[in-house]
Amino acid sequence: MDQYKMSHAIKQIKRCKYLYLIMFLPVVYFLVFHYAPMYGIIVAFKNYNIVKGIFKSPWVGLKYFRKFIGEPYFWQVVRNTFLMSFYNILWGFPVPIFLAVMLNELHNGKFKKIIQSVTYLPHFISTVVLCGMLVNLLSSDGLLNQVIKSLGGETKQFLMYPQYFRTIYVASGIWQSAGWTSIIYLAALTGIDQEVLDAATIDGANRFQRILHVTIPAITPVISTMLIMNLGKMMNLGYEKVLLLYNGSTYETADIISTYVYRRGILGNSFSYATAVGLFQSVIGVVLLVIANKVSRRLSDTSLW
Amino acid sequence: MLKTRNGDRLFAVCSYPFFILIGFITLYPLWYILVVSLSSAQYINMGKVSFIPRGFNFDAYKIVFANDNIWRSYANTVLYTSLGTLINVVMTILCAYPLSRKDFYGRRFFTVFVTLTMFISGGMIPLYLVIMKLHLINTMWAIVLPPAISTYNMIVMRTSFEAIPMSLVESAYLDGANDAQILTRIIVPLSKPIIATMTLFYAVAHWNSFFPAMLYLNEQSKYPVQVLMRDIVIAGDVTSDSGDLASNVNILATNYKYAVIIISVVPILAVYPLLQKHFTKGVMVGAVKG
Repeated sequence: MDQYKMSHAIKQIKRCKYLYLIMFLPVVYFLVFHYAPMYGIIVAFKNYNIVKGIFKSPWVGLKYFRKFIGEPYFWQVVRNTFLMSFYNILWGFPVPIFLAVMLNELHNGKFKKIIQSVTYLPHFISTVVLCGMLVNLLSSDGLLNQVIKSLGGETKQFLMYPQYFRTIYVASGIWQSAGWTSIIYLAALTGIDQEVLDAATIDGANRFQRILHVTIPAITPVISTMLIMNLGKMMNLGYEKVLLLYNGSTYETADIISTYVYRRGILGNSFSYATAVGLFQSVIGVVLLVIANKVSRRLSDTSLW
Repeated sequence: MLKTRNGDRLFAVCSYPFFILIGFITLYPLWYILVVSLSSAQYINMGKVSFIPRGFNFDAYKIVFANDNIWRSYANTVLYTSLGTLINVVMTILCAYPLSRKDFYGRRFFTVFVTLTMFISGGMIPLYLVIMKLHLINTMWAIVLPPAISTYNMIVMRTSFEAIPMSLVESAYLDGANDAQILTRIIVPLSKPIIATMTLFYAVAHWNSFFPAMLYLNEQSKYPVQVLMRDIVIAGDVTSDSGDLASNVNILATNYKYAVIIISVVPILAVYPLLQKHFTKGVMVGAVKG
């Protein structure tokens, strides 16, 4: 029986030999640039030394995790990561839904298309350009301060104050991605049966009642799936924008786990410590994602895996 | 569709100003940057530039275009984008095709092997150590190789390949073709639209990419536009052109910075109509999948 299985397997492998050949480079790629770094996570449990290499560096167990948890920065970066994500979802999540519902109500095709083209555009602007614009528009002689001055207000260098950082982060995120994210909801909205809407109209529902009782309920599954997935990805906050916008005077609210890893690991050469901090973040991230996926599967039958 | 009522007309009246406001908020920052980059120092200092250029001039652009660093970083970006995108597209096709074949022995294993990387990664530092170990630091390979396959894009491509009828593959087998020939002569020619979409996806990502270059490159001569732009626009380093800027009373450092922003955005705007068409399709495919 086993022999039969073996010969069957060999036959199958022979049959697919060209497919394996085609798959060869991608497999090498995943091994080198994805699986080797996963193996490299063990430096978090070692006292990594560049000369000795990963293998010969001595084991130190959970030393670096203890060190991180004992640091005064620990609560600051963990809190900032969660709060920035939380505000990002709180303010950023509803906007694309609102935009999509409003767009769906527009029956002037040309106008609708123009608005869509305009609102999708910022998605293609690079993070550096976005941050370059923010730094200049929010500077002491920038656009915002000019408007404030002309209204008789007091000018401020907004990026130097920790209390404004999250607002700037979240608002610029909405500017950049609300239009683009609305595509998903618009797609869901096109699936609504026109007859149901017409029936509601015959029953005397006005437009707002139709939106509230027909449109919104129809896309609720998509909304809940998106929300759960966003909550699951809370730890994967876009750190490039933070890296470009923060400075010493805003670390208090701006410094998140990823930027801390970058500073300590790359700039400070504490590879083992930074890997441990990064692993701490990934583990929480995976746990959140697994929970989100479970919840999503139970509620709406959609899941990532 | 049924006839609209009075309440609906009210909605129509309100929704136009609403969307015009949205459009304004979206476009005005970009427009303002363009307008200031074309205005003269005198009006900018008085805060009188808001909707149209005042004291119209191209001086800032002249200085930007005379700067060798900018030309070189532009050339670097073009190189990284074209080479990187080529690698992306070839590798994505190579990965997607076997996985799209239902009769591929080991399909389940390889699918898990690949998709697992979407959820678990080594993180910033271990990847950095791998790239260091491979002696790729400060080479363009550190920019173009690590993102060779986006698993998400690969899944979209695989889904598209799966839609090609198996009967075509079988009849090619009967004609004596092997899988490599089937891929290059049947699958790829039939998948031109999705390949075009992927090319755009990847090219824009390369064009806008900044963090890997900042992480792995340490010589200015190798910097792509995005990193040079960070130095000029965000860190405010205008030293390479400070002489020209100081001697030209017509413009400010602001003009110069804004001109740098504009010239980096122009290529994206130029392909935007194409992008929009293809990208929205790509998002739809992803949305159906997810």
